[in-house]
Amino acid sequence: MTCLAPEALLSNEIVIVGGTIIDSTTTGTRADVLVRNGLVVEVSPSIAVPSGAQVLDAEGCVVSPGLVDIQVHFREPGREESETIETGSRAAALGGCTAVICMPNTDPPLDDATVVQAVIARGRSVGLVDLHPSGCITIGRKGEQLAPMGELYDLGVRIFTDDGDCVADARVMRRAFEYASALRGAVIAQHAEDPALVHGGHMHEGEWSSRLGIPGRPAAAEITIVARDLELARLTGGRYHVLHLSTAGAADLVRAAKQQGLRVTAECTPQHITLTDAACANYESTFKMNPPLRGEPDRAGVFAALVDGTIDAIATDHAPHAPETKAVPFEQAPPGMLGVETSLAVAMTQLVVPGHLTLQQLLARMSWQPATIAGLGSQQGRPVAVGEPANLCVIDPTTQWERHANESASKSRNDPWEGEKLTGRVRHTVLRGAATVINGVAQR
Amino acid sequence: MTKHLLSVDDLAGRDGIQRILDLSGSFLEVTQRDMPKVPALRAKTIVSLFYEDSTRTRLSFETAAKRLSADTMTFSVGTSSVKKGESLLDTVQTIEAMGIDAIVVRHGASGAPHQVAQWSNASVINAGDGRHEHPTQALLDAFTLRRHRGPSLDGLNMVIVGDIRNSRVARSDIKIFAALGVNLTLVGPPTLMPSSLEGWPVTMTSDLDSALNETDVVYLLRIQQERIGDALFPSLREYTSRWGLTADRANRLKPDALVMHPGPMNRGIEIADEVADSPRSLVTEQVANGVAVRMAVLYDLLGTGGPVV
Repeated sequence: MTCLAPEALLSNEIVIVGGTIIDSTTTGTRADVLVRNGLVVEVSPSIAVPSGAQVLDAEGCVVSPGLVDIQVHFREPGREESETIETGSRAAALGGCTAVICMPNTDPPLDDATVVQAVIARGRSVGLVDLHPSGCITIGRKGEQLAPMGELYDLGVRIFTDDGDCVADARVMRRAFEYASALRGAVIAQHAEDPALVHGGHMHEGEWSSRLGIPGRPAAAEITIVARDLELARLTGGRYHVLHLSTAGAADLVRAAKQQGLRVTAECTPQHITLTDAACANYESTFKMNPPLRGEPDRAGVFAALVDGTIDAIATDHAPHAPETKAVPFEQAPPGMLGVETSLAVAMTQLVVPGHLTLQQLLARMSWQPATIAGLGSQQGRPVAVGEPANLCVIDPTTQWERHANESASKSRNDPWEGEKLTGRVRHTVLRGAATVINGVAQR
Repeated sequence: MTKHLLSVDDLAGRDGIQRILDLSGSFLEVTQRDMPKVPALRAKTIVSLFYEDSTRTRLSFETAAKRLSADTMTFSVGTSSVKKGESLLDTVQTIEAMGIDAIVVRHGASGAPHQVAQWSNASVINAGDGRHEHPTQALLDAFTLRRHRGPSLDGLNMVIVGDIRNSRVARSDIKIFAALGVNLTLVGPPTLMPSSLEGWPVTMTSDLDSALNETDVVYLLRIQQERIGDALFPSLREYTSRWGLTADRANRLKPDALVMHPGPMNRGIEIADEVADSPRSLVTEQVANGVAVRMAVLYDLLGTGGPVV
């Protein structure tokens, strides 16, 4: 590590005092946690603090494995005015993440080993979160020629996707499934929107697009691609992941496919289970994203699929855009919104506070299940137990607060939760035994 | 009215609409004088900011402003710093810095005037935004129809024919005529209908002939040839045969039925030449009334409340 570490990072012992552990093995065990040299070394009701150890107060808090956000855009290389690996990593740590998967729509895109290596190296030198790039399925995300998936795999890439550009050509998608099946643990992830059907569209096609006079992106564009891809997964035995699923129809398809034993997983964003296309009523470009915020039946369908386990993970699609690029007419603005810093609080407010999910069930969807999808299951989302890597998150589950984007660690301000009253907040984050966030303050 | 006219919604319903229409009547009288000019907006400055070509709307607004003795400036995109890449926000702030009272905005993107209104202290008037609204067109349409069938339009039957999905004129007209009690039927190929009619006070059909039987007014929208390439309908010939107001169809209308069109017309496509020039047609009168209606809007937004003359 090149930068000067403050004392917090120099201390190789941390005691997390007074918390209650929730992980994949327990719904709540009152225990202190001792961390040394990157590992959890003791878990017991009361630990005497060794001299020189750092104490993290967890009174009234939940101690859980760190969160894993499998869809973020940190914009480096290419769009550093919107976000950098450093600012994005800091925002992720503040959001409780100990690992993120960066999307490959950088400039140049992550379709080449040298670029992927550079992103990995930059993530390591920042060191605020374990940063894993996803790789492109095709060169230049053009949907034509396969990217060097094997080379990228050897660098650690497990999720392959052309991200915002759906792989529209069924033959190319089939080949990608087939080729990736030689790479153990690799997954083909799709932004499922048929480009022909969404052509020229800027928001969900429906009541609000008609009223506002904005060309729409129909729900059918997602459903048809998911239906096709599931058949291709069946044909090839391929491993498929649906990025930011946004329609009730696609959720139904994934539910049925899982029952049939297909190797499919899906994620949704906090915004798609919370907001609808009505948020676009004032042409506010913050609420423009792809896939778009949908109508109420789709929002409710995705919400239900997340609750019933059809959808495996919450990912944010954290998509920073510099203010000047969003301060334009809705149709001219780039799609995307911030999220990595607020996802746990939004999800707790939407899902746990009203009793739709227990906190353990939510953490399954934000920590160990996404870790497994991304092939990080040996390091991330692990139980808080002796011998496990100390990638941890301490959550105050009852605190109420109001979100203000101008306090964000992100370089951008396209935050849909501005002014939102939220319940639950990350207090501390510990990455491989070192505190990256203490009392809601990033340590670097 | 509120500070801005971004949408027919800003006219505050039936009463607000009728107030502007009444005011338009006074200004129509002014425009017919030998010296058609009043000092109502002396020392006010009005800028037209047009991001789309529009000769008739821009000239209509500028004439209206001049007849109210306002100072006018035109910011037309082809000859300005926009060509050098200046953003809408920067352009608005530049204009704002000159100290102006109103900005008349025409933009190809729906909602652009809403943003201008957020960035500016001046009154903003929507002169057509993308596929969204064109409220002064709706006012002049209502004003024109009221002169023939008014003052009350309650219970009249109107058919609007054409590309409703992409039409800002249709969105504004539907709002204004529904508020004034007109029964509205939208007609056209299903590919050119809105994807959702949730909340729209209209009925919809693709059968023009049956819709014309009981109608008092046929409002035709301009059909754009480039829609053919987007697989929205097969050919202009087929469009005309099913949805054009041909002379044959016009002959079957009720004797006193009227025909309207926002212009510019495609003669021989959505409207037959002889129908456009027939006594039923209000097309040239619509244009003529545009100045009086825009005077009323500018006066209402910027005036000090003194007498019109």
